[in-house]
Amino acid sequence: MNASPTATTLGARQHARAQEGTVVDAMPTVPASRWPDPPDGVAAADLTWATVVAGGGYAHRSLARGTHVRLRDLTGDACAHVLLLRADEPWERLNPADTTKVAWQVYTAPGQLLLSDAGRVLATVVEDTSGHHDALFGTTTRARNEARYGDGSAQGPSPAGRELLALAAAKHGLGRRDVGPTVSFFSGVTVGPDGAPRWTGSAGPGAHVTLRAEVPLLLLVANTAHPLDPREAFTCSPLEVLAWRGEPTGPGDPLWTAAPEGRRAFENTAEHLTAQGIA
Amino acid sequence: MTATSTATSTATKTATKTATKTAVLDVVVPARAPWSAVLSAGQELRVVDLEGNQAVDFLLYDAADPTLRYSAQDTLQAQDTIFLSTGSVLRDCEHGALMTVVADEVGRHDTLGGACSQESNTLRYGHHTAGQHACVENFLAEGSLHGLGKRDLVSNINWFMNVPVDPDGSLGIVDGLSAPGKSLTLRAERDVLVLVSNCPQVNNPCNGFDPTPVRMVITEGGRA
Repeated sequence: MNASPTATTLGARQHARAQEGTVVDAMPTVPASRWPDPPDGVAAADLTWATVVAGGGYAHRSLARGTHVRLRDLTGDACAHVLLLRADEPWERLNPADTTKVAWQVYTAPGQLLLSDAGRVLATVVEDTSGHHDALFGTTTRARNEARYGDGSAQGPSPAGRELLALAAAKHGLGRRDVGPTVSFFSGVTVGPDGAPRWTGSAGPGAHVTLRAEVPLLLLVANTAHPLDPREAFTCSPLEVLAWRGEPTGPGDPLWTAAPEGRRAFENTAEHLTAQGIA
Repeated sequence: MTATSTATSTATKTATKTATKTAVLDVVVPARAPWSAVLSAGQELRVVDLEGNQAVDFLLYDAADPTLRYSAQDTLQAQDTIFLSTGSVLRDCEHGALMTVVADEVGRHDTLGGACSQESNTLRYGHHTAGQHACVENFLAEGSLHGLGKRDLVSNINWFMNVPVDPDGSLGIVDGLSAPGKSLTLRAERDVLVLVSNCPQVNNPCNGFDPTPVRMVITEGGRA
């Protein structure tokens, strides 16, 4: 009779420990400095977060002010649904209505300020090679994905963005009430003259967008199909996330004065953080 | 004074018209004020823009479970335009139906522009506006009476507010399309709490630079 190799605590421990080194498509690299291919101009030692999120997966991290986060659509069917909150005061969170209204612009582009509900800048878009994004239509729900694909649970084959973001929020002590409106990257929507939305899909493999944290930032990201994605089959491919140490936007940066509304947002943010001893 | 007398005569005329229905509530919400009400499933709420071009900032919640709250994004996902009008189903954050627009005399309303706040006013107009009254103040004050707080505020509806999106993505609050006495009617698809800010904004055209009262009429549904 063959004894099972995991029949004893010793055997189970040896079995568990032998698994290290397994490589799968979607996994974190820890420490991030081991990431093999840092962005141009970024020292490997400055990387603070490196992970690949599977289609239908999620990621989340509390990030220092000044951190740069690059999201990359590896094979062309990622869709990053992003919720931003203040890491230290999470009742202040992304407000897509203010983000678009204050900028007089609904389309995401380099220089966009992702504003909170408190007249401050949570993050800025500093680089974008995609141009296919959406700040209007939000993420998917379990009920809608069940109706469209037959399942919307977080662990199922077609997870809803709200389910994934609720899990990410929960891991920071937050609940579903904290999962407010979101923006998404890599799956574009335009608005026609009659007000009708048109889904424009992705910009193809390899497109990336880089965000800069302007405050202590909690970033929650769900990688799942866009709500207006018309394809019958749930389609979502891996998302790469890299973060590195950096500096927040300062008064000498052209973005600080690019628009009067933005300048006042930066000024409000700086004053708030200075009073807290953060800036 | 002229504006006030116009409002009174409009309200009287409309009250006569609705007298054949069972009026559960018929109130005028003063300019700049908050308001809230709970509607039972099937009841209807008529919002009357008494003096014309008065933005009515509007949030709604499942009365039994206010974590189920209005979602502008879910509402827009389920229709083929960014504007709200007759037929629009106002959905919650889990995609369920809260209310339906069953009549609309204006043609289109906004759910992209969000609510004005003291904080965002400083960005849009300058720091001299930091002390002005704003919709978020109304939402917070009225919401607190129902146990709701800042975490429960999300992108809202702006009845009677005109927010076009240009081909280049430019979005802005521009002169309104409404007129004195125009109204819209909503049917509750389940028991709902509605939270209203009669918008006090004076720095853009959403209220014609002059906030005015609006009328709220709740009736039993099922009318022809």
